[in-house]
Amino acid sequence: MTSMPYKLVIGLEVHAQLSTSTKLFCGCSTEFGAPPNTQVCPVCLGLPGALPVMNQRAIELALRTGLAMNCQIDSVTKWDRKNYFYPDLPKGYQISQFDQPICGEGYLDFPDPEAPGEMLRVRLTRAHLEEDAGKSMHDEAGGKADSRIDLNRTGTPLLEIVSEPDMRSAQAAKAYLTELRLLLTYLGVSDCNMQEGSLRADANVNLHLEHEGRTVATPIVEVKNLNSFRAVERAIAYEAQRQFEAWKKTGQEMGQAPKQTRGWDDAAGVTVPQREKEESSDYRYFPDPDLVPLRITQQQLDTARGELGELPAVARRRLESSEGLKAYDADVIVSQGRGVLGYFDALIAAGASAKRVSSWIQQDVLRTLKEQNLEIEDFPITAERLAQLLVAIDAGDVDNSRGKDVFQYWLDTPSANLEQAKSALGIESVDRGEIESLCRELLEENPQVVAQVQDGNLKGLGSLIGAAKKKNPNADPKLVRQLCQAMIEAMG
Amino acid sequence: MKLELLSAVELGRKIAAREISSREATTYFLDRVDFLDARVNAFVHVGRESALALSDQVDQALSSGQVASPLAGVPVALKDVLCTDSMPTTCGSRMLEKFQPPYTATSVANLLQAGLIPLGKTNMDEFAMGGSTETSFSGATRNPWSLERTPGGSSGGASACLAAGMAPLSIGSDTGGSVRQPAAFCGVCGLKPTYGRISRYGLVAFASSLDQVGPLAHTVEDLAASLQLLAGHDSRDSTSLNEAVPDYSAELERPLAGLRVGVIREHLEHPSLDAEVRQAVLRGQQMLKDLGATILDVTLPHTEYSVPTYYLVAPSEASGNLSRYDGVHYGFREKAENAEGSQLEAMIARSRSQGFGAEVKRRIMLGTFALSAGYYDAYYKKALQVRRLIADDYRQAFGSVDVLLGPVTPRPAFGLGENMSDPVQMYLEDLFTVGANLAGIPAISLPAGFSEGGLPLAIQLHAPALGEARLLNVAYQIQQARFFEPKIAELS
Ligand SMILES: [Zn+2]
Repeated sequence: MTSMPYKLVIGLEVHAQLSTSTKLFCGCSTEFGAPPNTQVCPVCLGLPGALPVMNQRAIELALRTGLAMNCQIDSVTKWDRKNYFYPDLPKGYQISQFDQPICGEGYLDFPDPEAPGEMLRVRLTRAHLEEDAGKSMHDEAGGKADSRIDLNRTGTPLLEIVSEPDMRSAQAAKAYLTELRLLLTYLGVSDCNMQEGSLRADANVNLHLEHEGRTVATPIVEVKNLNSFRAVERAIAYEAQRQFEAWKKTGQEMGQAPKQTRGWDDAAGVTVPQREKEESSDYRYFPDPDLVPLRITQQQLDTARGELGELPAVARRRLESSEGLKAYDADVIVSQGRGVLGYFDALIAAGASAKRVSSWIQQDVLRTLKEQNLEIEDFPITAERLAQLLVAIDAGDVDNSRGKDVFQYWLDTPSANLEQAKSALGIESVDRGEIESLCRELLEENPQVVAQVQDGNLKGLGSLIGAAKKKNPNADPKLVRQLCQAMIEAMG
Repeated sequence: MKLELLSAVELGRKIAAREISSREATTYFLDRVDFLDARVNAFVHVGRESALALSDQVDQALSSGQVASPLAGVPVALKDVLCTDSMPTTCGSRMLEKFQPPYTATSVANLLQAGLIPLGKTNMDEFAMGGSTETSFSGATRNPWSLERTPGGSSGGASACLAAGMAPLSIGSDTGGSVRQPAAFCGVCGLKPTYGRISRYGLVAFASSLDQVGPLAHTVEDLAASLQLLAGHDSRDSTSLNEAVPDYSAELERPLAGLRVGVIREHLEHPSLDAEVRQAVLRGQQMLKDLGATILDVTLPHTEYSVPTYYLVAPSEASGNLSRYDGVHYGFREKAENAEGSQLEAMIARSRSQGFGAEVKRRIMLGTFALSAGYYDAYYKKALQVRRLIADDYRQAFGSVDVLLGPVTPRPAFGLGENMSDPVQMYLEDLFTVGANLAGIPAISLPAGFSEGGLPLAIQLHAPALGEARLLNVAYQIQQARFFEPKIAELS
């Protein structure tokens, strides 16, 4: 970025769908994927005479999130109406929060993508609750202008988390969003499923340029509805370049053109101007008279604080300081989510060493999860069982490579205990004398390798290990290598 | 037996004593509607079949001793602003001409639960906006006491059906006087309860922070008995009060000795007050004195701001509440064929231009303007501040008196068409009623005899928030002292 002739300025507005079982102002289910308009009632349809009643669960989840994001929480919050006409907005207004959001100023720290081990901080302006709108589906096939509206999503609780324009690169924006998503899943307040739209981001982007001795800002562009991390990164990078080109052409600065809204065309890899639903953006906010202002009690705050659990940042520090992991390794484990961290902790609790656990999780467990498309909750090898194996490896009862055989065996036969697995795989400990005679045998059979090694080419040792494993699968490769090398040197 | 000469409570007693069946009573009133309503136009929908079916059910339940409510089996007329799942709900608007709600308002459900029999839906000003029931898409209702005059509004159908003896009890709604003013024009009793006393769930919203369901009846006992059924907390309305419902009927007999009555100076001395109405208030004052009350002079200094304040708050809220009528989901739609530009916008614009009448459009425009970005502080916000001052005036007054006495309207029922070309004149008719809505306090309109021209006169009493029991007690004592006699207009 430093080579660019401009400074990129990015703020994100993130909409997270809260994991409540019912909608924000009625008892309808929020489950995803139901047939259109089957999860609706007079309240979420905005029928005449229907009235909203607040979902207390959404308040709890919002408070929990606010506390985790270091937000200021005032004792009173209220609801406002945001007025605009759109077919998927049944009441003609959206119930939102205008000047007294449930969460005020805060901040979020996240790992700097360009400086491992370093943290960046994004200041948060606010986080407010609001109801989602419905979904319009346009079928223009065959010249028809056929539009249908699904109101299942209407009234789903959203927490809109608004950041200050504190990010300076597309990578930083992506890293912030990654950390935010991780935090929200750790808190259990949102499943953050981007495919299902439970996490959506709008990016406000502009450039600051040095031009003729002063700093010039380009007009802010809001890129709407980014629904993947890749989209966030690509859209911002594209937009930066586009704004720079536009500025070179027009010289237009902030204030000389209104804030523009653009959409991201993922297939074409470009942002495209979007017609705003609300031309003038005068939403005529006013307090919703159907909902009384809400008092946040100390007890509610205490409860929310008690439900925070261990946050990702704290978990990373713990893995580094208490478990002695490197920052990189701690981050990999923590970033996998609370489930994997729990698996890690269970292994440690069962006596396995942190470093071995870390490497086994990163190499074997995560690879398997990825290959088999599993969640850690469905992983066939229990932490208790895997811990037994790792403890045995630590104690030298099973060598690391035979341990991998046990791991593979357990994936298919998770009911076997360690002894059963060992006997099925013929794993038994081999004493040093046996290995020594095996090595002697190998050196006699492979004089060309001996000559190679004597010439200083150690690669040949690898083939000896392979040959040793064939003769005795329980031969510890490390020991074979060590003994062979020593014997060749002695022959020297 | 002339059932229209009975109060609802008396009729309920006869039904409970099996002197008459609910079916007979229901048939009787339905027949009167058939016979009389062509001249009055109080009803927009008569549900003969459903009413008779329901009366049979109640008769059966009564014979097996299953219903204990004093009004079981008694017919009731419902203002067409209350949602009913067995009858259309039009709100006097073309917009909802064919709207059939899939649910029933809580207040109506409470009446059904107590065994009352809805006869049909009564006419009203469109979306309850108006003071004469002339803005209804179903045409104007006529005042049974003088067919060339209005019955008041917006609950004009609700008051006219009582005055003509077409129902023994009716339910209206009061946003700025819409129960009390028509009650006054038609010579019946009308109660606007404390804001939040009766659930608004299923009451089609006009101005959410002002709207309240209220009963109209011939006697104070009837108001007390029906309030008993209507009042109470509703978990579906966040603004409904979670306060115990007292036994209103039990309080009626309490003597008035020691009562402190404040006469509102700004109301009694107002230049627009008709001499005969003023005389009626003074007669009421004397009557209360005779009943042992102390009369005090009370001032509500911000009275002159109440109408302007009301006409900023109510249209602002209405502009939002009526946004849902956009032609998209239900109700009236006008196609956008041959429209320039966006088909969607044209469809919405045409639906709203043709679906709403002039008064509704006027108020939507007023509210939209008052809430718009450049004017919010000058109008809407200022109105909220003044609203607080008005509420404080009442609070101050109730520091030294138990109830307040004054007129309901500046003059008796005005002629049809008289105010239609002068909206401001129409708004000024609300001068004495809107204060109670802005302050959220209960108020009652009581008949006070007739003018020399044969038109009903009325007085108004206010009480502090949740003071309905005291208010009804005072009103009942006045009624018992024969300050007024329930009367039915003779339609030749
Ligand atoms: Zn719903």
